[in-house]
Amino acid sequence: MDLSFIEIENLHKSFDSQQVLKGVNLGIDKGESIVIIGQSGCGKSVLLKHLIRLLEPDEGRIVVDRNDLSQLKDKELIHLRQRFGMLFQSAALFDSLTVEENVGLGLRESRLFTDKEIKKIVNEKLEMVGLTDANQKKPAQLSGGMRKRVGLARAIANNPEVLLYDEPTTGLDPIIADIIDELILNLHQKLKVTSIVVTHDMKSAFKVAQRIVMLYDGKVEINGTPEEIKTTDNQIVRQFIEGRAKGPIKV
Amino acid sequence: MANSLQELGHYGIKFVGKLGGITMLTIKFILSLKEIFRSSRLIFEQLYLIGVKSLPLIVIISIFVGAVSAWQAAYQFKFIGAPLRFLGNAVGKAVVIELAPVLSAIAFAGRVGAGVTAELGTMRVTEQIDALESMGINPVRYLVMPRVLASLFMVPFLVIFADFVAIVGALLISIVGVDVSSSLFLDGFRNSFKLSDFINGLIKAGVFGFIIGIVGCYEGFHAKGGAQGVGEATTTSVVISTVLILIFNFIFALILFRLQ
Repeated sequence: MDLSFIEIENLHKSFDSQQVLKGVNLGIDKGESIVIIGQSGCGKSVLLKHLIRLLEPDEGRIVVDRNDLSQLKDKELIHLRQRFGMLFQSAALFDSLTVEENVGLGLRESRLFTDKEIKKIVNEKLEMVGLTDANQKKPAQLSGGMRKRVGLARAIANNPEVLLYDEPTTGLDPIIADIIDELILNLHQKLKVTSIVVTHDMKSAFKVAQRIVMLYDGKVEINGTPEEIKTTDNQIVRQFIEGRAKGPIKV
Repeated sequence: MANSLQELGHYGIKFVGKLGGITMLTIKFILSLKEIFRSSRLIFEQLYLIGVKSLPLIVIISIFVGAVSAWQAAYQFKFIGAPLRFLGNAVGKAVVIELAPVLSAIAFAGRVGAGVTAELGTMRVTEQIDALESMGINPVRYLVMPRVLASLFMVPFLVIFADFVAIVGALLISIVGVDVSSSLFLDGFRNSFKLSDFINGLIKAGVFGFIIGIVGCYEGFHAKGGAQGVGEATTTSVVISTVLILIFNFIFALILFRLQ
């Protein structure tokens, strides 16, 4: 049987008594742009964090490029994580570091680059996300959209193979949200990365996705192309994408 | 009654769980020491932030601790009719063995332990620690090791200052308020001073420093639930550190100062 680049098998996860994931099965191919949608609190971010073992499954397993994450030793896990870049929901920039230091931190800590090389890469990545005059600013001096862009520059700093986006447009005005969507598309095309986006912003989802997966009640409710999602008869999916208060989804 | 017992049992289990977690973090901290040179810049930064910046607080506390010790000792001496020439002996022993290490450590737990927990707790709830891990950076090496090492080395360093300043405070109040001459006070202090007491005080201070650092980091790492969670973790960090300091201080007293 052919394995996908990322294989999620029967993933279960609970926090205290709350069961969040109840057996998620999903394969993600190399170079795909996949969007995972679902209500707030349905476990989208939890699923994303499992992909780089920021969380450990209660049951089931994640296989990335034929490596079962649970079997990796510390060093192997570090190497695997370096193949990923992640944009966090709140950007998760380090308050005490400048924009330049934030973007270059992973490169500096890898000890594979000289200071001059790091500076060059940092400037290049900041330019890619359209931020060229904020190098010396601290995160507190940046707007929400700028913080996300710095987070994105940091995520792509070490040329990852997979980019994980956790709610990239949440909390942004529609114009900035669209700019972030354009960036996601551009980076996907330019860097030829696998993009995995978690969002409940349907406009964003339809714009960046080649495939959309909806999580509902801890499991995959639907898995299809944006066209299939738009035309599905599944009432749960319809209620969610149309943003209706009434329907089968229990709130 | 049954409810109280249940609650007590719940707290007991939670406390044992925390001790287990702190032990695990200690093991990870020890393992991270093999990369100590890689983190030298971070360690020096913490030595300054944690240690040097605590100096004014320790100086202020110590001068009053010394002064009140001399005053209270003189009051008790007069009450039982003991000669005031022993004031330097009594205050010197109390300061070097107990007061400077314990009170400095408790003040340090309030300033640094709380600060470390609040900082790491905020990093945890804003996903900054997750971000470090996602970049393949070991957060124990990057965050815990520099803070614990700085705390471990800076508490003894601060206690040296605390010893000195407290004795000066005691000397000043003895001269001004108790009418004991400086030579009489210092003669008494010199006669009772033992290098081993001073060194034991510093060893204790190192252990207290380690406790404050590791508990502060552990609580910060396990903070959850936003601002309220960080606040609770910070309070817990100071409470656990203070309780452990007093328990370990008692254990040190039993080991180092045997009655027979």
